[in-house]
Amino acid sequence: MKSAVRMTGIVKRFPGVVANDGVDVDIRAGEVHALLGENGAGKSTLSNILTGLYRPDDGTVEIDGHPMQFSSPRDALEAGIGMVHQHFRLVSTFTVAENVVLGEPDSPFMMDAARVAQQVKELSDRYGLAVDPSARIWQLSVGEQQRVEIIKVLYRGAKVLILDEPTAVLTPIEADALFKTLRAMVAEGRTVIFISHKLDEVIKVSDRVTVLRGGKTVGTVETASTNTRELASLMVGRSVEFNRIVRSNPADVAHTVLTLDGVSARDDRGREALHDISLMVGRGEIVGVAGVAGNGQRELAEVISGMRPLSTGRIDVAGESVQSGRARSAIAKGIAHIPEDRLHTGLASSHSVEDNLALKNYRSSSLSKFRVLRRKAIRAQAADLVRSYDVKTPDTVTPVRLLSGGNVQKVLLAREFSSLPKVLIAASPTRGLDVGAIETVRARLVEAAERGVGILLISEDLDEIMSLADRIVVMYEGRLVDEVAAEAADRERLGLTMGGSTVSGGAR
Amino acid sequence: MNSNIFVIIASSAIFYGTPLFFAALGGIFTERSGVLNLGVEGTMLLGGVTGAWASQHVPGSAWFTVLAAIIIGMAAGALTSTLLAFLCVTLRTNQTVAGLAITIFAGGVGLSSYFANVWKVAEAPVDRQVRRLDVLGWADVPVLGPILFNQTILTYLSWVMVVLASIYLFRTRFGLQLRAVGESPQTADAMGINVVKYRYLHTILGGALAGLGGVYYSLAIVPTWVDGMTKGAGWIAIALVIFGFWRPSITLIGAYLFGALQSLSSTLKARNVQISGDVLDALPFFMTIVVLVLVSTRFAHRRLGAPAALGVPYEREER
Repeated sequence: MKSAVRMTGIVKRFPGVVANDGVDVDIRAGEVHALLGENGAGKSTLSNILTGLYRPDDGTVEIDGHPMQFSSPRDALEAGIGMVHQHFRLVSTFTVAENVVLGEPDSPFMMDAARVAQQVKELSDRYGLAVDPSARIWQLSVGEQQRVEIIKVLYRGAKVLILDEPTAVLTPIEADALFKTLRAMVAEGRTVIFISHKLDEVIKVSDRVTVLRGGKTVGTVETASTNTRELASLMVGRSVEFNRIVRSNPADVAHTVLTLDGVSARDDRGREALHDISLMVGRGEIVGVAGVAGNGQRELAEVISGMRPLSTGRIDVAGESVQSGRARSAIAKGIAHIPEDRLHTGLASSHSVEDNLALKNYRSSSLSKFRVLRRKAIRAQAADLVRSYDVKTPDTVTPVRLLSGGNVQKVLLAREFSSLPKVLIAASPTRGLDVGAIETVRARLVEAAERGVGILLISEDLDEIMSLADRIVVMYEGRLVDEVAAEAADRERLGLTMGGSTVSGGAR
Repeated sequence: MNSNIFVIIASSAIFYGTPLFFAALGGIFTERSGVLNLGVEGTMLLGGVTGAWASQHVPGSAWFTVLAAIIIGMAAGALTSTLLAFLCVTLRTNQTVAGLAITIFAGGVGLSSYFANVWKVAEAPVDRQVRRLDVLGWADVPVLGPILFNQTILTYLSWVMVVLASIYLFRTRFGLQLRAVGESPQTADAMGINVVKYRYLHTILGGALAGLGGVYYSLAIVPTWVDGMTKGAGWIAIALVIFGFWRPSITLIGAYLFGALQSLSSTLKARNVQISGDVLDALPFFMTIVVLVLVSTRFAHRRLGAPAALGVPYEREER
């Protein structure tokens, strides 16, 4: 079969890292080819080379058998290669049509909105990508924005589409619709490169899989002749178990540590983001909050951690009321918080590891005297925590933004757990981490639960919630719409309720 | 009728507002590309001093000299902002600091007064000026005559510009691409738009327009050279960009509003109104503060229209 894209011996070095170290990939015309690998395996670098954003230090790229050298994304687009980025490249104040026509090389001097809208509509009808051409991007859901991205590359006549972690932001139902669209595109002879680290969906959607590990190609296999277990061991280089983590010390639901009673709150735009939420977390219990991003999870984490005032309702920790919108009160009552955005909300990214570790307890008499910081004590505390949490850092004065994602998260965990909290709010604690770091973070969460910390685990990753939580609630449009015990949970039901469908039989 | 105080104020609002509009329109282009130019004041002064020099020294017929002065003043502004673009786009320095540096370097106690000294610009009058015209002989028409038909050629040019600039920004693909560069340079880059080129060109264009504003001061308003003669017009222009929500048409109205305030002092003095001149002179700046407060409170949580990447240097994500 003919090659659409052949990349041979690709090498790309960044200061201190070899991101691609002799990668070979051969992608056939008219197939869905998955690139599978952990974070940092070199998938994104490889696709950035293919789309002309980076230039390889060594190796060749052939398109339809012709050697090519791209010096800009425009070159790659002209050669028929289009990329759907993980972080969308859309101008949020522009309309869908404006985004689609943006950068079109031979568009006329004056824009013809009607013509573009018509073409967008044709494309969206043909591939089942429903979207309104005149809507502005900020009005659209994440799923719709992704459709715009796909329409954009189709409009530019891309023969080869690269999708970088496309399902990370989608509900299971939206993901299935995306897979249908991808099949429709290959049926027309286009080629799809599907970048992912999720094994199930790779098996579901691809024809062949190339596995990358540590910047090198591990191998290419036919999807039909493999399974998730084999792919997982190729991906991480050892066999991995996918099981529910077994707890030695079960939750003590009789003792409630966190109570939310009729909590409502507004978002930044002043609209009601949380509607009358009541929820309890017991000692040592892990309660998973499932839902698609943007359904109030961020606001939920913020009200509990005192970063956002309540409009109604109350929050108690072990029977004591927390002052609305007072982070210091929340900390004093024993609430720890691992925010979604670790480097901005969680840590002061340009400050040192030791200062960040002291951010929560610098007022204590051991770290400051007469309001003057005791540097030696801060450094000693940092050295202890770095050792016990196994943070990989050159020294304790290194700014945290220079650490890798996994180590940043370890710093945050170390700080939050060192305050001996009663309650922990963890928002997407493993997002963007590699498999090793994910295992560490999850183990730390379970450890904390065994010690009796009540944990509210807010995550979009269903697998994570299902493997860690004792009880699962589902958030949709600011409401808790479903609640199930973890043993009784199934993906399909959760997926449906996350997408706003009601489940017959109601919440248990 | 034509000496009615409102007619006088309306007429001078347009007269004094025109250079503010030029500088603010330049600011719109620059900021739409994502570059914040705080060097407008200094850039205007350099345009003004070179324009005044050219008016005194370029030989030829009067209109040729004036045209040359305009072009030279704009070129000086363009050159100044090329330096800004180099600092902000190529070297990716902090844009606030770079802009302030330009204003201090080129401003009232900097390069512009140095040039004025060396060239002895202030010692001679600027005879070849941009004068008020009598369009179609209608300058004496009651009310509308002094307001609309008795302005300089540059005012009429600014009316053409407001139309052309609006079409350029909102109807052409170049305007679309420019706005994309200012909103999301990552997106623009991924779509094959040359971010660096757009930023350079529009920063330079912005500087040329600021230079034109400066020429208007030394050739039409005063008209002679006085060190620091723009007296903060560059700062008002920066506020006007925000006031106009980065749109040329609203900015033109804002420019005339501030033009009216600027002219108030001389108009009222001539009428023997007993208000301290200092208070009147401070009015435009006081209003600048008021406008900025209003704009940032009432609309703070809505979409103001500020380019999202304004002031943020663009770098392709490398690690």
